[in-house]
Amino acid sequence: MPRLTRWPIWKRLRRRARRQWLVARAVRRGRALRPVMDRTRRIGAGEILAFVTLRNELPRLPYFLAHYRRLGIGHFLVVDNASSDGSAEWLAEQPDVSLWRTEASYKESRFGMDWLNCLLRRHGSGHWCLTVDPDEFLVYPHHDTRPLQALTDWLDAGEIRSFSAMLLDMYPKGSLEAEPYRPGQDPFEIARWFDPANYTIRKNSEYGNLWIQGGPRGRAFFADNPQNGPALNKIPLVRWERGYAYVSSTHMLLPRALNLVYDQDGGEKASGCLLHAKFLSTFVQKSAEELTRRQHYADSQEYRAYHSGLQEDPDFWCAQSRELQDWRQLEDLGLISKGNWA
Amino acid sequence: MTVRLGVVMLCHDELPVAARLARVWAEGGASVAVHVDAKAPPDGVETMQQDLADLPQVVFSPRHSCEWGMFSLVKATQDAAALLLDRFEDVTHVLVVSGSCLPLRPVADLVAFLALHPRRDFIESVTAADVGWTVGGLNEERFTLRFPFSFRRRRKLFDRYVALQRRLRFRRRIPQGLVPHLGSQWWCLTRTTLRAILADPRRAEFDRYFAKVWIPDESYFQTLARRHSQNIESRSLTLAKFDGQGKPYIFYDDHLEMLEQSRCFVARKIWRGAARLHAHFPHGDPARPAADEPRPERLDRVVSQAVARRSLGRPGLYMQSRFPLKDRENGKTSAPYAVLQGFTDLFPDFESWLAERVDADVHGHLFAVHGAEFAGRAPIGPGGLSDSAALRDLDPRGFVANLIRMSDRMPLWQFSPRDGQEMNWFTATDPNARIFVITGAWAVPLLHSDMPFDDIRRVAAILQRTELAQMEVLNSVWLKAQTQVWDLGDFCARPAAVLGGILRALGADPEAAADLPPMREIAGMGRFLQRLRNAGLRPQLMGDFPASDTAPSVPPQERPAP
Repeated sequence: MPRLTRWPIWKRLRRRARRQWLVARAVRRGRALRPVMDRTRRIGAGEILAFVTLRNELPRLPYFLAHYRRLGIGHFLVVDNASSDGSAEWLAEQPDVSLWRTEASYKESRFGMDWLNCLLRRHGSGHWCLTVDPDEFLVYPHHDTRPLQALTDWLDAGEIRSFSAMLLDMYPKGSLEAEPYRPGQDPFEIARWFDPANYTIRKNSEYGNLWIQGGPRGRAFFADNPQNGPALNKIPLVRWERGYAYVSSTHMLLPRALNLVYDQDGGEKASGCLLHAKFLSTFVQKSAEELTRRQHYADSQEYRAYHSGLQEDPDFWCAQSRELQDWRQLEDLGLISKGNWA
Repeated sequence: MTVRLGVVMLCHDELPVAARLARVWAEGGASVAVHVDAKAPPDGVETMQQDLADLPQVVFSPRHSCEWGMFSLVKATQDAAALLLDRFEDVTHVLVVSGSCLPLRPVADLVAFLALHPRRDFIESVTAADVGWTVGGLNEERFTLRFPFSFRRRRKLFDRYVALQRRLRFRRRIPQGLVPHLGSQWWCLTRTTLRAILADPRRAEFDRYFAKVWIPDESYFQTLARRHSQNIESRSLTLAKFDGQGKPYIFYDDHLEMLEQSRCFVARKIWRGAARLHAHFPHGDPARPAADEPRPERLDRVVSQAVARRSLGRPGLYMQSRFPLKDRENGKTSAPYAVLQGFTDLFPDFESWLAERVDADVHGHLFAVHGAEFAGRAPIGPGGLSDSAALRDLDPRGFVANLIRMSDRMPLWQFSPRDGQEMNWFTATDPNARIFVITGAWAVPLLHSDMPFDDIRRVAAILQRTELAQMEVLNSVWLKAQTQVWDLGDFCARPAAVLGGILRALGADPEAAADLPPMREIAGMGRFLQRLRNAGLRPQLMGDFPASDTAPSVPPQERPAP
């Protein structure tokens, strides 16, 4: 009987209350968003939308947009959190970008998620929505031959509503500052190494998602207190409906069923990964800046760890690092899976 | 006899693609009856009709509102087929395709192929009693239960009604003379057979019956063809694979080469955006038709691999989209490995001694409390694993599985009751594990320890308790690992023989055990154990060491095995 395996009713009620609280919060905090360039009328039915929040990311933006345009994103909905480097002006000129601006606190809007939940609610319903940071680049099986629309069509056909893509930290060999990043450049020409198989996975029983931690940051910065290391599990691609909400970054959502992106009977579901272009020459300065702003998760603990770590030895590379080739390599290593989408 | 092909084309969305395909069929020389789902948008249908207006051999059949798994699909097929037979007197064969079926070879090829067997009906038709045709669905019950509710839209009601009928032992009567058969709905029947099915005097009765059968488009013609056909070839000419989840397998641009090699006549399902496939196929020279058989073996292999990947996955892989529950792993680990317990207590240089003799990665105590001891004491092990105890203990199963998966050679590591014991059940229930244990060997370092005896006694008590708990695991009925256990006394009696056996089990030369590594002195063990006994602790795992004897209880030379 399926009924017996269900969660106790109070837990379900608690999750529902939490979801409604998140949605209400998103609506409230969303009032802080001031439209700078609203092109959302141009969004066509069935288009795939990208949702981004950013602050001072101008050097990264050209390649970011190019990557996702190539995959077939139809429209970018961007929240600019008080950039001062011209990011906003540059974005406003792009024909497929709608831009909002806010000076409100990043931390107090749950690290930007309230703003994005709000935009997702307003514009995302009925669309496949990709929620990413400007340094996260989605790759999935066959991404070199099949556009994102092929993936979302296939997910639709299988009645799958969410797609997992864990964060894969990419880093250069040698010092981060050795090779400066040029705007428009493919960041993975520089940061082209990753850790193949040192990720810790645990299941979160409350929300049903997996906690993935570890990787280069785990071994370099959080070896003694790995629980505090950054979470790498992400569910960035969701066929959005009103009433959905991201709970914590894009790590997990409510309703809970959206987090079940993994098979529990031994099979493999299809999954991709977000190549994380955080560790570039731009990072050292950024981490110093974020440290003083103290606007990041857990009192910027992560940035503090980086900053102390970076000054001692800024090299993540080790003999076990792998050089990125293509998605097939990631598939062979078991970081992503084709599932039955072959 | 000249073959004239008629095509029944069922479409519901992506009408521009369907229109293009209808043109391909028509211009290839086939007559086409198009059925468009009544739910399709009217302007799209109009455009399609205008697009095809210049082709007199394309006709549109009466539109039904079709729903997957319901009789409306059969109705649509019946009407379109009847229209085709009535309107085009010369049609000899009728092929059913969908709007997302792509002809891979020229229509002339198919006509030439059919001309080789002009009286044969190509329809997959398997008796429902022989289970195994459907993917994860109902077989015989499709015919004996009633299915008034839509599977897609009213799933709960559907499931409950099926459960209720099963409980009440409800069975429908199958009309006399029908033997239920199942098969792909993409068939190709001769005019004679199809006409006989459509003009069956009992058709009203059959239609009434099939209207409540589940997914009748996979059984109506398949069953009735058995009644009317003289010559059934039970296979489909359309390449239609399923992905293991009951959904049609979809082809993309990157399948082009494989599809071409398959020599199949028609493939489904093609992704609507696969422009290269649509531009490339049908491929071949219509002026010189080739009647060779389809050879889809390579494609079949690729599809079955994909299905296996989805349902079984890769053994020993724990990742973001594969996180099996305990005992549903289909392989807890990916390759054989070995765990050696107690050897380093007796032989301080055991690791390097063993590493010289076996073709394997010999690690130290991977589960040591202070951190993982990788081979050569590297700070970073296979796959980038850290030697940090905290990181390892956050997900010890992932640690072991990753280590094994990322090792090029067989990994082996040392173990002891001093190490973390979290993975004991995992290794004991894993058929890939080989576990070699000398019980009680942990007493040897204690024998040489200069700690106060009180502390030694306390440590010995803890270690003995730990190892006894571990032995309980190794003696359980769930044991799957290959396990060999010696007690300390037994091992010391014939160390070379035991080590030789281990080398053999690890695929090395057993003769290499002739020169033993330097062994810790065990003289005085008997007295030491007696002191523990006198202090109230009963040593249970060391085997026999006479209490009075200060010398080893056995001669250092080999003694025949008991």
